[in-house]
Amino acid sequence: MSNTLSVKERMSIERVAMPELPADLRSRNFEEVNLGLSHGQAVQEARRCLQCKNRGCVAGCPVGVSIPEFIDALASEELPRSAQILRRDNALPAVCGRVCPQETQCEALCVRGIKGEPVAIGYLERYVADWAMSHPELLQGDQAPAATGKSVVVVGSGPAGLTAAGELARLGHAVTIFEALHDTGGVLRYGIPEFRLPKDIIDREVALLTEQGVVIECNVIVGKTVTIAELRSDFDAIFIANGAGLPVMLNIPGENLKGVYAANEFLTRVNLMDAGRRDDSSTPIIKRREMAVIGGGNTAMDCVRTARRLGAERAMILYRRSEAEMPARVEEIKHAREEGVEFVMLTAPAAILGTADGWVSALRCLKMELGSPDESGRRRPQAIEGSEFELPAGVVIDAIGTGANPLLTSTAHDLFLNKSGNILIGSEEESNIPGVFAGGDIVRGGSTVILAMGDGKRAAAAIDKYLKRK
Amino acid sequence: MFEVISNEVLAENLHKMVLSAPRVARARKPGQFVMVRLDRGEERIPLTISDADPAAGTITLFIQAIGASTRKIVATKAGGSIRDLAGPLGKETRITNWGRVACVGGGVGTAVLFPLVKALAEAGNRITTIIGGRSSSLIILADELTPLSDTLIVTTEDGTLGIKGFVTSPLGDLLADPERVPQAVFAVGPVPMMKAVAEMTRKQRIETIVSLNPIMIDGTGMCGGCRVRIGSETRFACVDGPEFDAHLVDFDLLSDRLSIYRKEETAAHPLAECRIAGGIT
Ligand code: FES
Repeated sequence: MSNTLSVKERMSIERVAMPELPADLRSRNFEEVNLGLSHGQAVQEARRCLQCKNRGCVAGCPVGVSIPEFIDALASEELPRSAQILRRDNALPAVCGRVCPQETQCEALCVRGIKGEPVAIGYLERYVADWAMSHPELLQGDQAPAATGKSVVVVGSGPAGLTAAGELARLGHAVTIFEALHDTGGVLRYGIPEFRLPKDIIDREVALLTEQGVVIECNVIVGKTVTIAELRSDFDAIFIANGAGLPVMLNIPGENLKGVYAANEFLTRVNLMDAGRRDDSSTPIIKRREMAVIGGGNTAMDCVRTARRLGAERAMILYRRSEAEMPARVEEIKHAREEGVEFVMLTAPAAILGTADGWVSALRCLKMELGSPDESGRRRPQAIEGSEFELPAGVVIDAIGTGANPLLTSTAHDLFLNKSGNILIGSEEESNIPGVFAGGDIVRGGSTVILAMGDGKRAAAAIDKYLKRK
Repeated sequence: MFEVISNEVLAENLHKMVLSAPRVARARKPGQFVMVRLDRGEERIPLTISDADPAAGTITLFIQAIGASTRKIVATKAGGSIRDLAGPLGKETRITNWGRVACVGGGVGTAVLFPLVKALAEAGNRITTIIGGRSSSLIILADELTPLSDTLIVTTEDGTLGIKGFVTSPLGDLLADPERVPQAVFAVGPVPMMKAVAEMTRKQRIETIVSLNPIMIDGTGMCGGCRVRIGSETRFACVDGPEFDAHLVDFDLLSDRLSIYRKEETAAHPLAECRIAGGIT
């Protein structure tokens, strides 16, 4: 039993390394890079947890997973119990175990990280979630909750929407999700590549929700197919989680040349429409020897690693600050580098250059240096005079960010928005319209999967409170 | 799943398809389109909604089978179904009573023009409709457009029907005739045709509206693939359009961007040789 281990014994175990597909192999396919821990590795890693009283990890988790508890059950090899604890707190553990930036959240606050390496909470979460998916027969089904007779509509089936739907269904409310695209998952499916989050995982997480009675209807574009006003009369409450689907353009000369993609288009073609990934896809994608991605976040990493897999000999990432300031996860940067991605740091594009017949041929760039810190606390990049140079590229991908898509909000005139078009909410995730709640990127602007999930969870609790009052 | 209620062949490769889509039928306004995906693994293609019957919960699409995807879609028989259909998308046409209006349709663009003509007629406009194509077999919807128009003029490049030549010559006559000169012109068709119409009406400053057909993926403003240049601004045709002031459109950029996948298509899908990759048809 794990709890018979002394602190000293626990301290003596070294952090597990995630088994990975070899870089030369994986940079040519779309298979998942991280292979997952073996049972023995997972149990051993779980035993590194000191079960401390501070529970810093829990405080660091946007959805407040009972981390020490699920890890303790895993350490005792009580997997069904571990899975139950995890699922109770987190609607999408197999997703979070893969894409959460644990290093800045739960693991950043792990006491073992003070002197040495934190417990690999993310790996353990993934292990338990994957185990649960492949052993449904060993899990006790949750008792079906008593129906409250209240109905909630969730707009968008991305991380915020799925989380809220799961929580609300568990509380006995009748939940319908409207998804604008033809498939579920939102950014999890169209944005995050298969090599980080296999589509099969999304399918299975979604299936668990529909088993709980959540109704998902695709091809319903709220704001176009139906309006918020109509939904207000058809449902008792609304949760808007339609994401940040609006690409921010570079606004430099040449951005309409053939071969320039916004990250959303590039990723949607490959991830949602299977372009370049399956031979029978009817959606094309442009592949070139040199492909340059502009930006430093996870989306930029996803694009550049995808470009590499599409066959780019030089898959380059251009970022105007240095690697230390990159908002991308450390793991993504590491994986990208192993896969042969070139990091062109302290470089900003000034123009995209094209051939006579309108194809991208190169980027005109400026070298940057870091000046004094700006509002974000990061050192502001400044162009070095006379540093212009040209970088050959046949495809340029703009991954500098996304904004709020106005499709829904422009047809709901009474909804309060901020300057950037994001929905304004109060402390209870409620908008200015009673019964209309919002969360995820439509509130935050471009953010992360887990923060969106945290919003979904809090919104579900607030909606439940609202429905009880009503 | 969206049930195909009926599927009639109107002309060679031109189908009139009625589909059950109650929410779209209720919300739809002239000028809007739907994104259609026949089945898993297929493309999403924008198709103009030609008509809708909110009471019956149906929409009508005129589909010209000119590429691999549209051919598969029109092969779906009544009683069969289309897996995905989302909309209505795009802005509705700004319909007012201009007085005299000219509506110009080239090839498959005529299918997009049809709902505009209908809405303009309902708003009390007197319409001269000019439709053209390479040959008589490619002239579509003449019968449907006749009762909506004061005058219907047909042109064919080979002279097999109507006036021999292009739609621009009868339009030129109209513009030159003070008695018949229109207050507004709507033009939908191949990019060179729309560009030519825009040039013709520019001097007289006649309000001219074109419906653009760039490559689209989502149709909801999410991917930016459908971007077009309008004046000095980049706009997304799927949400800001598809109709724009013809005098501001950068037609050369549009036709250039429409050619992006031509090579990929012919290599991967020999059947798709003449598909205007994802344009609204
Ligand atoms: S089709 Fe994607 S933004 Fe218009």
